[in-house]
Amino acid sequence: MRFAVIVFPGSNCDIDCYKAVEETIGQPVDYVWHTATDLSAYDAIIVPGGFSYGDYLRCGAIARFAPVMNEVRKAAEEGKYVLGICNGFQILTEAGLLPGVLLRNRELKFRCHPALLEVVNNETPFTRDYAKGEIVNIPIAHGEGNYYCDEETLAKLEANGQVVFRYKAGENPNGSVSDIAGICNEGRNVVGMMPHPERAVSELLGSSDGKRMFTSVLSAWRERHGATVNG
Amino acid sequence: MKATVYVTIKENVLDPQGAAVQGALHSLGFKEVGKVRIGKYMELTLDTNDRSEAEARVKAMCEKLLANTVVEDYRFELEG
Amino acid sequence: MAQQLTAKEPTAEQIAEYKIYREFGVSDHEYDLICKFLGRKPNYTEIGVFSVMWSEHCAYKNSKPVLKKFPVSGPHVLMGPGEGAGIVDIGDNQAVVFKIESHNHPSAVEPYQGAATGVGGIIRDIFSMGARPVALLNSLRFGKLDNPRVKYLFENVVAGIAGYGNCIGIPTVAGEVMFDESYEGNPLVNAMCVGLIDHDQIQRGVAKGVGNPVFYVGPATGRDGIHGATFASVELTEESEEKRTAVQVGDPFMEKLVMEACLELIQSGIVLGIQDMGAAGLTCSSAEMAAKAGNGLELYLDEVPQREEGMTPYEMMLSESQERMLFVIEPQHEAKAREIFERWGVICAKVGKVTDDGRLRLFHKGEVVADMPVKALVDDCPVYHQRSEEPEYYRAFANVDTTAFEEIADLTGALKKVLASPSVASKEWVYNQYDYMVRTSTVVRPGSDAAVVQVPGTRKALAMTTDGNGRYVYLDPEVGGKIAVAEAARNVVCSGAEPLAITDNLNFGSPEKPDVFWQIEKATDGMAEACRVLGTPVIGGNVSLYNENEKGAIYPTPVVGMVGLVHDLDHITTQEFKAEGDVIVLVGETRAELGGSELQYAVLGKTEGRPPQIDLEVEARVQGAVLEAIRQGLVASAHDLSEGGLAVALAESCFGRGLGAVVNVETSLRADVALFSESQSRILLSAKPEKADALVALLAEKGVAHAVLGKVEGSDLVVRVNGRDGIAAPVAELQKVWKEAIPCLLKN
Repeated sequence: MRFAVIVFPGSNCDIDCYKAVEETIGQPVDYVWHTATDLSAYDAIIVPGGFSYGDYLRCGAIARFAPVMNEVRKAAEEGKYVLGICNGFQILTEAGLLPGVLLRNRELKFRCHPALLEVVNNETPFTRDYAKGEIVNIPIAHGEGNYYCDEETLAKLEANGQVVFRYKAGENPNGSVSDIAGICNEGRNVVGMMPHPERAVSELLGSSDGKRMFTSVLSAWRERHGATVNG
Repeated sequence: MKATVYVTIKENVLDPQGAAVQGALHSLGFKEVGKVRIGKYMELTLDTNDRSEAEARVKAMCEKLLANTVVEDYRFELEG
Repeated sequence: MAQQLTAKEPTAEQIAEYKIYREFGVSDHEYDLICKFLGRKPNYTEIGVFSVMWSEHCAYKNSKPVLKKFPVSGPHVLMGPGEGAGIVDIGDNQAVVFKIESHNHPSAVEPYQGAATGVGGIIRDIFSMGARPVALLNSLRFGKLDNPRVKYLFENVVAGIAGYGNCIGIPTVAGEVMFDESYEGNPLVNAMCVGLIDHDQIQRGVAKGVGNPVFYVGPATGRDGIHGATFASVELTEESEEKRTAVQVGDPFMEKLVMEACLELIQSGIVLGIQDMGAAGLTCSSAEMAAKAGNGLELYLDEVPQREEGMTPYEMMLSESQERMLFVIEPQHEAKAREIFERWGVICAKVGKVTDDGRLRLFHKGEVVADMPVKALVDDCPVYHQRSEEPEYYRAFANVDTTAFEEIADLTGALKKVLASPSVASKEWVYNQYDYMVRTSTVVRPGSDAAVVQVPGTRKALAMTTDGNGRYVYLDPEVGGKIAVAEAARNVVCSGAEPLAITDNLNFGSPEKPDVFWQIEKATDGMAEACRVLGTPVIGGNVSLYNENEKGAIYPTPVVGMVGLVHDLDHITTQEFKAEGDVIVLVGETRAELGGSELQYAVLGKTEGRPPQIDLEVEARVQGAVLEAIRQGLVASAHDLSEGGLAVALAESCFGRGLGAVVNVETSLRADVALFSESQSRILLSAKPEKADALVALLAEKGVAHAVLGKVEGSDLVVRVNGRDGIAAPVAELQKVWKEAIPCLLKN
């Protein structure tokens, strides 16, 4: 299984995502520049965190027009796995691959700390190794992670099971509607989340609860491609 | 030709920056201040003299990039 | 103002006749020297260039004599002071690069941008050496937190540090914040950056090879920050508020691109010399690069990318527009360099040439607009030996008995007061705004004695901290200077690391005041001695003088940034108690020392007397013994005793995991003195019960004073003194006081 980590000018969690793929599941992974026009070699695409284009204008607003985003859209339509983390989540919403938008945190401050999340949907390719309702510790680090969508969209997200992670009740750090920390598209193959699973892959660094996002997607891919595929 | 673009957060969306500024104004004694909404102001110099073309183009710019219409409203003025 | 200058710059004759140079902070004597070096009167551009090169910030003209005292070499030091940052070997062909720098005056005027550009500047110092920046730290001082202006400065300085560091993606892993009236109106904002490098990648800021082209990298030059270096070298006055034009605006996104592009350029192996444009921008970087190579430099100012129209040579040379670098390569590598910068979307322009005549020569619109000897600019600034005089307060404080107050009966109440004092209280409100985890190497996070960052791909890690208690230094500069170094080393040792070296930021008042200069002399004496005894040389630093407000000089505040090496990840130790039943041991001796203590400040409302004394030999022994115990696996937790003494150290050790402790302190001192004394060279340890005997035996063998105090137990902190009740409170209750103090003060 081959991973792409997209690099925009200003991405800064690209290296962490790359390392996480290598260290958790040992699969091949490449950095792919924002100007790339072909992602056909990849099975999963990670849009990493950071401050693409300085987050100027709005988070993700400029990145969504990078050439590589057409390919990310294509990959998503083909059913390949796409994970947007933090700024990557913001980019996916700006690009319309996921509904809603990320606003400034309610308290207007950047917040970086461990966060307890409830796994709401464990039937996405990225969460199948978790138990439904399980509480996991995956840190956040963002200034604009306040998820917002209108009521109609929210009702649809809930009805379709598109809410993937919620902040533990009473511990919503940013004002997100319905405590939403991560969502997926209707096809379940595109997931966006504010917390950083790539920062939670080692007990030495505080938590390894994020590891299973990587093992999940590998097992989903293996299942889809049958036992004939190795690697 | 010059375009002036104003982008504001939609009326029905919480504007925490606006709320913070409102609070600050109140604590400075400007009690008469009601709601505060904070937005963005942009100046664009356009290489065209055709007003109706400029109008259509700036509208497209707003829709495509300058505003996120999920949460933001925009309006603009053309000059020159 | 810039516009007017553009319209009519005074002539060389007018500058002389009306003594216009004085407005640039150039004295009559210095002006005469400049005329002598030039063989004529300087024009407007030249006097501007000389004034910044001869400012305290660039030339250290008041501090050179004291800086000479510092030990700067050692077996591991690969590069000492003089370059962008110092470098220390950590084995396996790797080295650590670090430096601290102040941005006090810009932050006093425009706190967000002042702090942000301070961070940006120190990051450039690190990557210009060829190193990958891996961590940021900061050391901050503000006035009392109940003042609205102080709150504004505090909130915006923190936001500025966060805004820059978070965006560029370098974790801010540690720091310290202290509050005292002394810093009102003149906050201290010191930023430190730590980088990693392979030995063969080390760069220098030299203009090598006559005829080689000089390149400018980064955003276009605007009129921002003109005379920032001279601004940093004068006292702040009420007019400073209006000097906002002198403060630069930071663009961390741009710096991220410049950094990645420069590191790629360096890795390609074609760079002969590279330096960042920091204080005094193009002036300082070009002159220093030429001086270090013993060469000259020509700059073609029409080629300098310009953000504004009609910029004069003066403005271009003195602009402090941020995120810019200067580098020299051989001409045949130009295409390669341009390709790298184009890919990163960064402007790169050929702006000059290395010459052999030792002159800095500037061309503009086909004319030579300035022509100055490089050596005069860089090396020949006069050095001043300021008059030094022991201040009256120091003599008076010799007679103060710091324990002459009625014994405090409510020790739990006193502990709560000290825990709620903003200097001691939890800084979570601060560090939660910093991304301290990006790059996934932060093993020990902010809020500990020292942060620990793993060296990727190895079993090694770096421990890092900043320290500097201005109150101690004020009460006794020499002792305070020693303590600053010793405490930094102690913090590093507590985390399981061997102290390597320090970088220092000397924040003082005006050196032209004899009592301030006395503080500078004494404090640096103390620091130098501590560095020698503890084996931690000074590999670089920064001097910030003229830190004054309307009441006078700030507390003399030398800040020490220290980096230590953790030889194996297994040695990493944190301050919190780990498990019920663990044995608590206090290392070191407690004396009746409350001068400059947090108890004296927060409970008695004073800062007076003599500070705690320090015996550096004892300190070295304590640190050696504790590090040995950690390496032998005998220690479960280690916490340095500092502000608030034993009482605060016990409470903080309980907070991490919410574990309680029951201890008894045997002492000949009064209970309140024993619990809140800030005697130096003390460390609080805990050990698993089965390891406790071995730990005690080791401490005894090393000749280090120690006492078994009690056990980790329950959920209350219970401290008895000579068997009598002292402190007793639920840990959760103490933690709430400690944690909510700063957010609460900010809300009111």
